[in-house]
Amino acid sequence: MSSLVIAEHNNESIKAATLVTVAAAKAIGGDVTVLVAGADCGAAADAAAKIEGVDKVLLADNAVYAHMTAENVAALIAEIGKDYSHILAPTTTAGKNYLPRAAALLDVAQISDISGVVSEDTFQRPIYAGSAVATVQSADPIKVLTVRGTAFDAVAAEGGSATVESVDTVTDTGLAEWLKDEIAKLERPELTAANVIISGGRGMQDGENFKLLEAVADKLGAAVGASRAAVDAGYAPNDLQVGQTGKIVAPELYIAVGISGAIQHLAGMKDSKVIVAINKDADAPIFQVADYGLVADLFKALPEVDELLG
Amino acid sequence: MKVLVTAKRVVDANVSIRVQSDNSGVDLNNVKMAVNPFDEIAIEEAVRLREAGSAEEVVVVSIGITNCQEQIRTALALGADRGIFVEADGDLQPLAVAKILKAIVDKESPGIIILGKQAIDGDNSQTGPMLAALAGLSQATFASELTIEDGKAVVTREIDGGMETISVPLPAVITTDLRLNEPRYASLPNIMKAKKKPVDSYTPEELGVDVAPRLTTLKVEPPSERAAGVIVETAEELIDKLKNEAKVIE
Ligand SMILES: Cc1cc2nc3c(=O)[nH]c(=O)nc-3n(C[C@H](O)[C@H](O)[C@H](O)COP(=O)(O)OP(=O)(O)OC[C@H]3O[C@@H](n4cnc5c(N)ncnc54)[C@H](O)[C@@H]3O)c2cc1C
Ligand SMILES: Nc1ncnc2c1ncn2[C@@H]1O[C@H](COP(=O)(O)O)[C@@H](O)[C@H]1O
Repeated sequence: MSSLVIAEHNNESIKAATLVTVAAAKAIGGDVTVLVAGADCGAAADAAAKIEGVDKVLLADNAVYAHMTAENVAALIAEIGKDYSHILAPTTTAGKNYLPRAAALLDVAQISDISGVVSEDTFQRPIYAGSAVATVQSADPIKVLTVRGTAFDAVAAEGGSATVESVDTVTDTGLAEWLKDEIAKLERPELTAANVIISGGRGMQDGENFKLLEAVADKLGAAVGASRAAVDAGYAPNDLQVGQTGKIVAPELYIAVGISGAIQHLAGMKDSKVIVAINKDADAPIFQVADYGLVADLFKALPEVDELLG
Repeated sequence: MKVLVTAKRVVDANVSIRVQSDNSGVDLNNVKMAVNPFDEIAIEEAVRLREAGSAEEVVVVSIGITNCQEQIRTALALGADRGIFVEADGDLQPLAVAKILKAIVDKESPGIIILGKQAIDGDNSQTGPMLAALAGLSQATFASELTIEDGKAVVTREIDGGMETISVPLPAVITTDLRLNEPRYASLPNIMKAKKKPVDSYTPEELGVDVAPRLTTLKVEPPSERAAGVIVETAEELIDKLKNEAKVIE
């Protein structure tokens, strides 16, 4: 058995989601190779070589892999990946974009967002917004998997000493042209990496009021999240959406403010260690998953919490 | 230009799902079904392209059991011109769906194909990129803005950390994200008109597609429950509990 893990990186360093994906590959067993594809990403490959438990790093450093364009990256993965029993990528917007394309090129199924490894061909995954967990077995020669970021304990970023090999295959499908990125500059921790998250919902009433959340976030070193309703209303940018169709998070502490607790929101946060809900409606479903519930007007409660945190 | 869109039949987003006691699957008896919400967004975008003069015809496809024709009628009432129903029983997995859609793309030669980013039942999020791979087309997933110009689609995509804008040559496969548009409701006259619009039927065999599942679902279980929590009376009590009982803040 041998696994190929597709790294997520920023050219310099490896993102935490990759460490979780390596952990899933370790749970399957066998050798682990990490593929670092990108342009000017040699430093990221060196970082990948230090990951605990990684046996080999493949570096595909070429302009055609800049921005992880799905057409080119999927062609590369399908070419390299046919020699492996398992191909894994994190369940991120990047992984969800290129990996199904690679699976189809290999004519194999993909098993999305695995939350558990039962055996080398059998995996668990949430379905119906986490209302059920399916155990699925694959009959394909290559198992293509995306890995849920909250489901496995990340391996250590240091401690390994893998070799780095360059890959010469260059596939330029010429199918897509990247124009621009608008990546928000983060003043706070990233949602999927934060130990504490405070999220606001429609109850916040407008985007200005998110300042009340941000003040508390700054005192707790927390990331700020949002419900779909808050994003749709323009109170918060779309990549802060937590839920079935947004980000899946499981911090030590999740504080939901003015969020009713629809199943689609719970799908993204109910594996958090401690959940706090602040809502003026005592019947809001969010209280059914909260460890600590405070039935209160958020415009009164948030300033109090802020004050108490000193 | 012709637009191809899909209308997957799924359990309505407002229904709470129950797992069957023998762990064979979820209970779908007497459950309200609907067009997958992301497919509603795809249909809306296609109809707007036609209304704006960028497209001449909107063709909607649904694949599955006989009742999927209800979802085709819904799409026709929302403004699609013509339907294609592919009757397939049993466990249809994304790779099989993508192969069927590829066969339809070959027949219809659409200028653009718009799918949902994810079906809210299986939460797979695979079919769009798989179809693009099989058809040798470019893909633009998680679209929150779409403009057609000079034989290209310029698409703003919702990605981790923010937005990305790419340009893909047409034909291309686009998948919709939540913020692409707000779907309209079907009016009564349009629901009546939809009944007269043409719908063609095929089987996977007629399309030459092998839909045999690659994955076997061994069991479906309810998720682990969280233990009941407590209601605190004041913000003070809350902070005290978080510090001294849960020990998650300092
Ligand atoms: C296809 C699909 C995908 C979806 N994906 C997601 C997803 O990924 N993430 C997600 O979050 N949702 C998602 N949703 C939407 C979801 O169904 C809910 O509509 C949404 O989560 C509701 O957001 P909310 O709780 O902020 O708003 P509401 O349900 O309107 O709740 C607002 C809450 O604020 C409380 N409130 C109001 N004023 C105050 C106040 N002054 N003080 C205290 N409390 C107050 C109210 O009591 C209420 O409980 C999706 C829906 C669909 C159909
Ligand atoms: N049976 C089906 N019939 C029509 N379209 C489908 C079907 N299954 C999946 N799709 C399309 O593929 C998208 C993504 O589905 P999935 O990959 O299953 O999450 C859906 O939003 C639909 O656009």
